[in-house]
Amino acid sequence: MKKCFISTTLFSVIVTILSICMAGTQAFAAPPIKIGALFSVSGPAAFLGEPERNTAQMVVNEINKAGGIKGQKLELVVIDTQGDPAKAVQGANKLIKDDKVVAIIGPSTTGDSMAVIPVVEKAEIPLISCAAGIKITDPIKKWIFKTAQNDALAVARIYEHLNKQKISKIAILTVSDGFGSSGREQLVAHAKAFGMDIISNETYGPKDTDMTAQLTKIRGSSAQAIICWGTNPGPAIVARNVKQLGIKVPLFMSHGVSSKKFIELAGNGAEGIMLPSGRVIVASQIPNTDRQKKALLSYVNSYKKAYKVEGDHFGGHAWDAMMLLKGAIEKAGISPVAIRDQLEKTAKFAGIGGTFNYSAQDHAGLAKDAFVLVEVKNQNWKLVK
Amino acid sequence: MDNPSQLVQYVLSGLSNGAIYALIGFGFAIIHNATGILNFAQGEFVMLGGMFTIFILSFFNLPLVPAIVLAIVFSTLVGILFERLAIRPLKNVKPLSLVIITIGASIFIRGAAMLIWGKDTHALPAFSGNAPLYVYGATIMPQHLWIFGITLLIIIANKLFFSYSIIGKAMRACAYNAHAASLVGIDVKIMVLLSFAVSSAIGSMAGIIIAPLTMTSYDVGIMLGIKGFCAVIIGGMSSGLGTVLGGLLLGLLESLGAGYISASYKDAIAFIILLLILFIRPEGLFKQKETQRV
Repeated sequence: MKKCFISTTLFSVIVTILSICMAGTQAFAAPPIKIGALFSVSGPAAFLGEPERNTAQMVVNEINKAGGIKGQKLELVVIDTQGDPAKAVQGANKLIKDDKVVAIIGPSTTGDSMAVIPVVEKAEIPLISCAAGIKITDPIKKWIFKTAQNDALAVARIYEHLNKQKISKIAILTVSDGFGSSGREQLVAHAKAFGMDIISNETYGPKDTDMTAQLTKIRGSSAQAIICWGTNPGPAIVARNVKQLGIKVPLFMSHGVSSKKFIELAGNGAEGIMLPSGRVIVASQIPNTDRQKKALLSYVNSYKKAYKVEGDHFGGHAWDAMMLLKGAIEKAGISPVAIRDQLEKTAKFAGIGGTFNYSAQDHAGLAKDAFVLVEVKNQNWKLVK
Repeated sequence: MDNPSQLVQYVLSGLSNGAIYALIGFGFAIIHNATGILNFAQGEFVMLGGMFTIFILSFFNLPLVPAIVLAIVFSTLVGILFERLAIRPLKNVKPLSLVIITIGASIFIRGAAMLIWGKDTHALPAFSGNAPLYVYGATIMPQHLWIFGITLLIIIANKLFFSYSIIGKAMRACAYNAHAASLVGIDVKIMVLLSFAVSSAIGSMAGIIIAPLTMTSYDVGIMLGIKGFCAVIIGGMSSGLGTVLGGLLLGLLESLGAGYISASYKDAIAFIILLLILFIRPEGLFKQKETQRV
């Protein structure tokens, strides 16, 4: 009996010492929590990847400055996909196998995201994509979430406004790349539900420098509004061409141009153009009662401080992804399974892109109110009420 | 929904784009006529013109005109450096190798421009305002008139230079037979250098006058270069009227094709024409069948 008592005591002493030692190492040199980031920092989608990378890095720096998450610092491992799905897959493999990240944010584009999904699903690592394509989270994939608003929400926002204006005959002009064709699909798919009649359905090439031919055709039709779907510089040229041709019907753009660059490029041509956008570009005009206001102002101000330029809609996707991840790690710890489960429980997270409510049935998490309609007035964005 | 004003608009849009293609095509023709090389870096000089102007405008805060002059000077210097560093050291090689070198140089120049100026697109202010001009129910920008005017000036200057000046004639002589030209006392090296200088100056001029309409970024040179190449192939590598007609024809077909068939085929039209011409009439649409002058 006595022998047994001694051995038990000895055992518990050893366990205690060991656990103290382990706690000690954690407190002294806890290895940083590694988070992977796949962004198209260069290449054709650099306008997405660059602000996203900057934003994610900024958020990580801020968290570390404030002492990390429960005393553990974060380390962001960024890989440039160059907008190339093959490089994105390579990058994802490297992040998972070499860097042993606990979660991945990005990629920036729908193409890259679709390519890495099988890789991260197999490795069972949570991924929060910053791309907009609806197929990323529809159908639901266990390990995949996303922060960028679906194109369908943007389309719905424009169509609702047109309904209010009693406009039903529209012309659409979309760029012939991934972004444009997704937009075109959604514009056509939702037209009927909103009673829209697409009279003219035109496209232009991403490198085109003159769209007067397409717009002349549209001018000759009975369209009451034009919707252009593309990313800079195409839409800026469309805006200028519309002014040149003296087209009087309202021109709508997509959220793909919701940054100051568009106004700068289109100059006078931008006046009066409306587009659906995340609230970030009109952060200061959002009423104080808006749940997102605090997050928006904090993002806009810190981005301006860190990079001397205004934070945009796209960087916001990365802000949301990082903050969602931070929340999940704070609550659930650093195992990928726990992070995933916690992410799925996210409710009423007021971020940059909107208010996120993830669930087992919804990994996109946003509702139609994620978009507001803004208008270009005096070379600046103005919230349309 | 066809109506006359629509047709006029297609024609005007086509002609104004065509003039741009012609101007870029000139650069190809001048180097080809003096050296026999096809310079595929020509598009990059178009880009350099626009980007240098924007750089000088924002960096040195100069007014537009001196900025343009400086930009042309800088681009010409790049053209001269290109000839000295990449073309001249490899004199006695096959033209094909030289063509490949120009492709390499174009990738290099584009990459350097991306690193130096970034990936953003920039817009240049229009030379004389943004108020569109109305022509028979169609509209055109004042900038288009600049493009037409400068293209016209350059054709005339080209014609005078190559047909009447000693240097122009010497450059043509080099193209026919460099060896014979050197025997009669023409410095072939200088002539080649000169052709690169002139063509990069014209290329950058083209890039500057179109930048207010099309905007510019480090990668505009690729597509514009190809369109200019189409124009000069249709025109049979002439540095005169042929290329102008080639460019205008290409612009017209593109614009009418986009208007009456589908805009999706706009670039395809250019490439189909290019292939057809190369298959059927490699000497160009407007040239007499080659009768080698001696």
